[in-house]
Amino acid sequence: MKKQLLAVLFALVPALSMAAGSATKLDAMSPDLYNFESLHNGARLFVNYCMGCHSAEHQRFARTAEDLGISQDVIEQNLILNSQTAYNDQMRISMTKADSTVWFGTPPPDLSLMARLKSPEYIYSFLRGFYLDSEKPWGVNNLAFPDVGMPHVLADLQGTYNLACDPSAVNSATVDPLKGRVANPRDCFTEVTTGSLSPAEFDKAVYDLTNFMVYVAEPSKYQANSMAPKVLIFIVIFLFFAYLLKKEYWRDIKN
Amino acid sequence: MAGNRNKGNPGLMGWIDDRFPATAMWEDHLSKYYAPKNFNFWYFFGSLALLVLVNQILTGIWLTMSYNPSADGAFASMEYIMRDVEMGWLIRYMHSTGASAFFVVVYLHMLRGMMYGSYQKPRELIWIFGMAIYLALMAEAFMGYLLPWGQMSYWGAQVIISLFGAIPVIGGDLAQWIRGDYLISGITLNRFFALHVAALPIVIIALVVLHILALHEVGSNNPDGVEIKKDLDENGVPLDGIPFHPYYTVKDIVGVAVFLFVFALIVFYFPEMGGYFIEAPNFEPANPLKTPDHIAPVWYFTPFYAILRAITFSVFGLEAKFLGVIFMGAAIAILFVLPWLDRSPVRSIRYKGWMSKTALVLFCVSFVVLGILGVLPSTPGRTSLAQLCTAIYFLVFLLMPFYTRIEKCKPVPERITG
Repeated sequence: MKKQLLAVLFALVPALSMAAGSATKLDAMSPDLYNFESLHNGARLFVNYCMGCHSAEHQRFARTAEDLGISQDVIEQNLILNSQTAYNDQMRISMTKADSTVWFGTPPPDLSLMARLKSPEYIYSFLRGFYLDSEKPWGVNNLAFPDVGMPHVLADLQGTYNLACDPSAVNSATVDPLKGRVANPRDCFTEVTTGSLSPAEFDKAVYDLTNFMVYVAEPSKYQANSMAPKVLIFIVIFLFFAYLLKKEYWRDIKN
Repeated sequence: MAGNRNKGNPGLMGWIDDRFPATAMWEDHLSKYYAPKNFNFWYFFGSLALLVLVNQILTGIWLTMSYNPSADGAFASMEYIMRDVEMGWLIRYMHSTGASAFFVVVYLHMLRGMMYGSYQKPRELIWIFGMAIYLALMAEAFMGYLLPWGQMSYWGAQVIISLFGAIPVIGGDLAQWIRGDYLISGITLNRFFALHVAALPIVIIALVVLHILALHEVGSNNPDGVEIKKDLDENGVPLDGIPFHPYYTVKDIVGVAVFLFVFALIVFYFPEMGGYFIEAPNFEPANPLKTPDHIAPVWYFTPFYAILRAITFSVFGLEAKFLGVIFMGAAIAILFVLPWLDRSPVRSIRYKGWMSKTALVLFCVSFVVLGILGVLPSTPGRTSLAQLCTAIYFLVFLLMPFYTRIEKCKPVPERITG
């Protein structure tokens, strides 16, 4: 009886690990929060290419500097582009929402939590997924986010590409109409103009940028990772002595 | 209760005891509260529920110090806690993980009660107080979930409050009265904050006190369902009882350590728990103009949510949605009368017949399957399965007066078996 009930309880476990199904096929991307070279490059790309339009308003420049080991001078000279912004300020932008609504139809979203809202894989796929589409207002479309209202900001790095085939033919998996379909962009892309980076270098740059966005989404990860082993080891030692204490007391209880 | 016990003693404790029953209370509830000596694994969850309650209250107090309960500031203040407040992320994750942990231990605690018949005479009031705690806990969790003011907070609350709107005649006005506005707004957020941090915690603490007082009045049940107060020694102490303190306090500390290990593992490494403890759409601020593509309640509500969605037909001119609300309410309400549905002469599942054992397994299976269905988008096949499980869920209770009476039970031992 007890075993049956336990079996029922354990049947719960796989259900908990089963994420709410997304049919989108995304490019693999595994962030590395301890690759600081990558994070520094990501921070540089983020400030230079994203922060024209997107803020990361929950994060402070100073926090980024401390966590990633960047000096205050480097931050102030290279990453803070607005003279009104102080080292300890949040990573805000100068563009007003009223302006951006007129220009883009909707204000570009804040990116502080984007990596947790979507996923690292999504951001990585999105940034690699732009292709030319003359029917769209910005002349580009995106595999990960169909009909996206954002221009191809990284075009000078990546170059531009045409979509030579239907990505859904490459990826026959179920198509999620809300999230779009993502095949391997390279399978359907044909180069139109060459960027300043080679495809491999560009992938690395996008990896770094995504990596930085993963960091920005949850900077407390460093503290959590360093505290966790200490806390867990303490609990194990505590458990050992608690168990001995229990055993000692319960010696007098006869069945 | 205390009478003249411990009066006239020397020293500081004597001085206090002459004026306040400190030693008498200590004895009544701990050092001379005799609990059966055969408690097993399932008996850890009561004390763990108390631990999680304390965790929620303490972390909640600290969160309140930095949280801003306004539609404009709530979301940003959460991120302020996560990034700028010293150890704020830890306090927040302890609170969010604690909410789910609360339901895990409470569900296991309730299952224990069902397995060993702990609701049977004379423990009906313990069960009813416990059910009231569960109900208050659901309200507490629901209101707390709105406070981060993310997309899922907003739309989850929207869905649940709209259920009240399904009630005929008064529904629309009632839903509006609960919201305090035509749609969920800062007004709703503020009143949910007040209820979440002040009103409901007071109710829950009061009910926990009643739950424990009722328990200590009649004494604990045990896995054999044998009344230990039948066999007393010359001092009136149950032969199969041991003082709660120190025996069960030291034992529960072991349980606490194991629990804390798992809890810390989740808090530090998996606070989102794959989207089940913290749902991804909640990383985007509430937007009344943009509905998320799939609204799923947090896992602990999903069995009842699945029952709600399983009712797709209307009967006697009652709308399907309203009928769903009735079924959902009934699924919880029927648990309140469990002590009167069980007519078995024995308490513990160990000595009940095969029908009770089968019914308990069916109940667990249907509850878990409903819970899984509740997080998934519905399809015709899933709806049929949810209807089947809903039927099983209710039949387990509605048929209980019959199968518990006609089945053949095993003989119950005179004394506990360990």
